[in-house]
Amino acid sequence: KDSKSGLALTSLVPYRQDSCIALASQPMHQRSFTQKLHSFMNGCEYRDRVLTMDTMNPNVKRVEYAVRGPIVQRAVQIERELKMGIKKPFTEVIKANIGDCHAMGQKPITFFRQVLALCSYPDLLEDSKFPEDAKSRARRILQACGGGSLGAYSTSQGIEMIRQDIARYIEQRDGGITCDPDNIYLSTGASDAIVTMLKLLVSGEGMSRTGVMISIPQYPLYSAALADLGAVQISYYLDEDNCWSLDISELRHALQEAKKHCSPRALCIINPGNPTGQVQSRQCIEDVIRFAAAEKLFLMADEVYQDNVYADGCKFHSFKKVLFEMGLEYSEKVELASFHSTSKCYMGECGFRGGYMEVVNLDPEVKVQLTKLVSVRLCPPVPGQALLDVVVNPPQPDEPSYDTFIKERTDTLATLAEKASMTQEILNQVPGIKCNPVQGAMYTFPRIHLPPKAILEAKEKGQVPDMFYCMKLLEETGICLVPGSGFGQRDGTYHFRMTILPPKEKLKIVLAKIKEFHQHFMEQYS
Amino acid sequence: MRVGPSVEKCGQMRFITAEAKASAGRLDGKMREKTLTMDTLNPQVKAVEYAVRGPIVLKAGEIERYLEEGGTKPFSEVIKANIGDAHAMGQQPITFLRQVVALCTFPELMDSPSFPEDAKWRARRILQGCGGHSLGSYSASPGVECIRKDIAAYIEQRDEGVPSDWENIYLTTGASDGIMTILRLLVSGKDSSRTGVMIPIPQYPLYSAAISEMDAVQVNYYLDEDNCWALDINELHRAYQAAKQHCQPRVICIINPGNPTGQVQSKKCIEEVLHFAYEENLFVMSDEVYQDNVYAPDCQFHSFKKVLYEMGPEYFSSVELVSFHSTSKGYTGECGFRGGYMEVINMDPEVKAQLVKLLSVRLCPPLAGQAAMDVIVNPPQPEEHTFKQFHQEKSSVLGALAEKAKLTEQILNSVPGIKCNPVQGSMYAFPRIFIPPKAVEEAKALGMQPDMLYCLRLLEETGICVVPGSGFGQKDRTYHFRMTILPSIEKLNVLLGKVRDFHISFLKEYSGLEWDEI
Repeated sequence: KDSKSGLALTSLVPYRQDSCIALASQPMHQRSFTQKLHSFMNGCEYRDRVLTMDTMNPNVKRVEYAVRGPIVQRAVQIERELKMGIKKPFTEVIKANIGDCHAMGQKPITFFRQVLALCSYPDLLEDSKFPEDAKSRARRILQACGGGSLGAYSTSQGIEMIRQDIARYIEQRDGGITCDPDNIYLSTGASDAIVTMLKLLVSGEGMSRTGVMISIPQYPLYSAALADLGAVQISYYLDEDNCWSLDISELRHALQEAKKHCSPRALCIINPGNPTGQVQSRQCIEDVIRFAAAEKLFLMADEVYQDNVYADGCKFHSFKKVLFEMGLEYSEKVELASFHSTSKCYMGECGFRGGYMEVVNLDPEVKVQLTKLVSVRLCPPVPGQALLDVVVNPPQPDEPSYDTFIKERTDTLATLAEKASMTQEILNQVPGIKCNPVQGAMYTFPRIHLPPKAILEAKEKGQVPDMFYCMKLLEETGICLVPGSGFGQRDGTYHFRMTILPPKEKLKIVLAKIKEFHQHFMEQYS
Repeated sequence: MRVGPSVEKCGQMRFITAEAKASAGRLDGKMREKTLTMDTLNPQVKAVEYAVRGPIVLKAGEIERYLEEGGTKPFSEVIKANIGDAHAMGQQPITFLRQVVALCTFPELMDSPSFPEDAKWRARRILQGCGGHSLGSYSASPGVECIRKDIAAYIEQRDEGVPSDWENIYLTTGASDGIMTILRLLVSGKDSSRTGVMIPIPQYPLYSAAISEMDAVQVNYYLDEDNCWALDINELHRAYQAAKQHCQPRVICIINPGNPTGQVQSKKCIEEVLHFAYEENLFVMSDEVYQDNVYAPDCQFHSFKKVLYEMGPEYFSSVELVSFHSTSKGYTGECGFRGGYMEVINMDPEVKAQLVKLLSVRLCPPLAGQAAMDVIVNPPQPEEHTFKQFHQEKSSVLGALAEKAKLTEQILNSVPGIKCNPVQGSMYAFPRIFIPPKAVEEAKALGMQPDMLYCLRLLEETGICVVPGSGFGQKDRTYHFRMTILPSIEKLNVLLGKVRDFHISFLKEYSGLEWDEI
């Protein structure tokens, strides 16, 4: 076949996508006339595309991820419009849609960044401006890397020394309950590990298809992953009237219903809650574990906000610890994967995509399969692994960086606590907004009352009512929030998620603007 | 027979993981019934195989630990030639790249006089593109905007003016991530309408693993070993026609320069592939992560994008093409940073929106990797201070690689029973090895592939870890292994010498022949 005939055109036709007109005079080799004609009728198309909405993976189409959904795309557009000088009733877009600490002005922990800089550019080990404790950690990390470089692949499960450090950290956190480094898998952020575990769990067809229980409201990574994997989502509702607590009878009810059409095999818990901010009591965790044991459910505990607990009387309890305190009957039986990340807590290092999971009671053969599966992606980013190592192995009281480290950490967490209570207070002053206490995590998920007229108008526009609300808020104030519908909520209730991360002064302004907007919105639609 | 006990033990392990031993859990009375077992595990996960980090590498790890604990072997260290891991093999990072990454990581260093201004300038620019001027913030899911623009400019320059739109650039977590994502979009249909994916054999096993995981249909086209692993267009037609009987071939994947085969495709060959894709309505995925790794003097890298444009508008405005690049290979070898990008051409705009959505679920690729990518596409220019050192480091790495490519080919071809094509590019040799029938039989009795037996024995006896050809795919009854050419020249010399000695004694052992008869 003569593949070169097209080549002759090169010199004639400029490199322009829209030069199709020029083609009319060109030879139509090797395609049937009708095909060509058809192509020309479709404008610049010479053949049908291979990948279209009709032919693409239907599971991918079903995926939804509101945290970076249409509202965020519109926010980016508005930012560009502002840059181009288009007038708006505001001067900047405030992206309160995502828990992105540094983007909101939170400063990195100095010690962590020192260690990472030393690892990235080891010539700095000679620089006297870097403290010795940072240098000793960097040396230790580099020694564990192939060729002493962050640029080498690590083993797929993660650098062994770092897994050992993580295991020690978990043991300390959990009051001495043992942790085996072989049960630790480093990951590319917690999201990666969660998707990997779900991938293992999904099987069966029809009635035997895996069902996965997730809380509503949930962090939409879960619903997105389940859609992508073609698993069945089983929703259990958190109790908004009871500070978004988890109610065991609701779990039971959801499970019984689900058993009619799928095979429920996993239960996902987010504690502290995202987007709901509740911190689970020890009692609640015990009940969940008992339920999982009785119903043979694989437990997935998303504990990325474990250091973000603000409310008096609340404390973080790890699922692992509670499980082991419940005795052998449970601790030898219940399969558990728990997840952690460098992105949240006091470090907020989202961009490094560091994270890990600990698996407990995983079938040894399945563990081999897990290791194989993660090996296809080679390894999690090594800078993220290094960062995680310093997070679990921070400066000790006898080390030079200790005081600065503690001060930075305490300041960040104290500010977050202050912002959590401020957010709740101000929002609850607004008639038509009701906000549960932000006990932990980084978000508030207030319920908003929307007048029937607004709901009607939203429906006419083909929008979910709280999307309509958030879009309007964005257009009028530049504040970008995520509608509650992106996380799931009880029918007829409406919410939004906003992060509490902006600096205090900015947060005050954001909250005042929301207050004003909401009042105006209510007036407009009632 | 002198097969070591550890080889036998390995033979009993499940190398073909698809053959799940579902009964194992049941046999062990002490084991409680679990929710997640080999019975209930996602069957597609079971089917995944990834030889580059497969059983042989696990075995190498075991031996390493055994040596560390004071055990003795006929060698003192394990040499992992199984993977293209440049830094692990002693290659030094490019100073300038690491300076920029360090500055981005710890911006206080901007005040340090020991960092060059051109590195500081780049770091400042990258940080300005980051939320809160920190590598610790999430980026937009397709990547930092100014980095996408730099990549587009780089591609335009590489392709001598062929335009590149920065909005077609998506940063990824290594190239693997991009390849998986695009395949995920493409997989649909049931039975005879199920997506078929054409991949070269031998291939980089990421492809077969991804295809298994997504339950797509793997359509093999064989590279021509007798013709320096060239891609034969007739073979593409054959494979396509055969596959059409049972699936719907919708994608063709090309690896150029080749992995594990090291060939560099001619422009004519690329034109033929693109024409074929055009004719048969195939989506083209071109894996070009080794684009800077071309050693043979008569070879040159041609990007699919450029060739497509040169074929004229009928082609460049219709053929859907995604090409992949990475920080892990080239002269930087920064595997650990997991940096990479893909350029997407002619994708349906609605599908593109779906792609962005899919990427957004994982939030963003690691920022340090994005920063490293930026330095690669925006390296020091001749008028900059750092240019001389940068250029010297770059040419020294690429010069050494070219030398090692040649050395490897020469030494391997001097061994009776080993035949190695020229390593024109990339980072591997994939020599064909003669395995005597007796050894083949023995392997079968042990339930393993003959080249797995060969590689395990090589590992046990010499400490050298290479990957059996069966992990990449090969014509029936031919056997190969993949080894990387990355070890330092001295070490590579030693390694190749050991491979030669091993091979000769292996032949002797299994064919009962004396040295001069071989």
